[in-house]
Amino acid sequence: MSLLQPFLDNPFLLTALTAGVLAACSCAIVGTYMVLRGLSFIGDALSHGVLPGVAGALLLGFPGLWGAAVGSAAMIGGISLIGRRTRLSGDTAIGLLFVGMLALGVVIVSRSNSFSGDLIKILFGEILGSTMADLMLQSTALALLGFLAWLLRRPFLLLCFSPEHAQVSGYNPKALHVLMLTMIATTVIVSFQTVGTMLVFGLLVAPAATAALFARRMSRIMLVAGSLGSLSVFLGLNASYWFNFAAGASITVTAVALFFGGLFVKGLVQRV
Amino acid sequence: MSETHPSVRAVHLHTGYERSNVLPAVDLELFPGHSLALVGGNGSGKTALLRTIAGLLAPISGRLEVLGTTPIKAVRRLAWLGQFTTTNPLLPLRGRDVVRMAFYGERGLWKRITVSDELVVDQALEAMGAAEFARQPISDLSGGQRQRIYLSYVLARRAELVLLDEPMSNLDSGGMLKYYEAVTALGLRGATVITATHNLEDAADCDFALVLGAEESRFGPGRELVASLGHHH
Repeated sequence: MSLLQPFLDNPFLLTALTAGVLAACSCAIVGTYMVLRGLSFIGDALSHGVLPGVAGALLLGFPGLWGAAVGSAAMIGGISLIGRRTRLSGDTAIGLLFVGMLALGVVIVSRSNSFSGDLIKILFGEILGSTMADLMLQSTALALLGFLAWLLRRPFLLLCFSPEHAQVSGYNPKALHVLMLTMIATTVIVSFQTVGTMLVFGLLVAPAATAALFARRMSRIMLVAGSLGSLSVFLGLNASYWFNFAAGASITVTAVALFFGGLFVKGLVQRV
Repeated sequence: MSETHPSVRAVHLHTGYERSNVLPAVDLELFPGHSLALVGGNGSGKTALLRTIAGLLAPISGRLEVLGTTPIKAVRRLAWLGQFTTTNPLLPLRGRDVVRMAFYGERGLWKRITVSDELVVDQALEAMGAAEFARQPISDLSGGQRQRIYLSYVLARRAELVLLDEPMSNLDSGGMLKYYEAVTALGLRGATVITATHNLEDAADCDFALVLGAEESRFGPGRELVASLGHHH
């Protein structure tokens, strides 16, 4: 039983692996910012907030991608509106929209004839049904996200350190924050069709959190997170192939298991 | 010098976080090399005034010129250090990396941080006695060590106007000594330094003081103003 064999024997599994690795790399870039700035909850909300958009688009016969874009734009807009108009804390605003959007998504999906099938497809994706077009879209998004992260590495690091110091250095922290949210949303939008909204969130948080336990530089956290995410995809697809587990969920479980493995290793290292 | 702009000029400036909580009108004028102490009790608005001059808080009314222009336009020529700089323990930053960020504004997105910039960073760390622990992760440092790193960051910005909110919090006697030396050096090279402080002796040593009361603010020579405070109490 070779771990490479499934991918050599089945072209569709190789496509799935590529789609998963591309998603893992995009998620590593924006997930690192998410973990370091404590934006995990907003990332979670974004990845599930796309549900009504996707469901609505599918019901009306538009591409799911468009719906996802509308859904995340509504999410970001709503969160900043509540932030500006009320004194409610950020996580209350996020939670409010999160649960509202999720419920709205289920309401829309319940109009469809294949209720649970559609819902599971959106949540866990169809990584085994990835197409060449999906891969092209994901590669383009990855190149764009990588370029932005490189170009804006200084203002983004300042923003992680202190939004006020970003401003006193002549950058616009509000614009940077919205751009960062847009980058997270972009990752969710282009990745969810192949790996599903649930798995996108797993790949956003778990590998970056694991990497942040060990790495001492921003770029290295991203690199390690990308490798861990890709490893999760590889192992998860193998689990799915050999034991007939659901592919997307296996990848998520692997990524989270790697985090706890990392935590354990770190504990051992510190004790020695 | 043909014409020297005031470093800071405030005319009947009102500021504050909410309209219900506004500072008394502030009038002051400072020129390069001057030092000013902001004196007042808790909640008197020292922090709000510093943030307004730094462009982090918009004035409510009145005039405010900073380095001959608006605070927003002057932002890269000033340095500001707040009272509480919280650091996310996850952030992969060593002390020296924080000080290096002093150049992130000036060098913009892609201009290299040069060898002479790195030298400025090292000198700033040296000046605050922070060189020994500059290679350690910022999250491993004590409060006082962190404050020395942040003050090194302020020095490395080589700003024309330096705004410090309770800069000596957490500093030990060695740190305070380094701080006094550094601030004196700033004044000698023509920088204007504004400090919010509870220490009246330090305030008396400044060229000017601004006393923020509930009803009015008083601006004048540091020693005289602080002495008059003594009479009131």
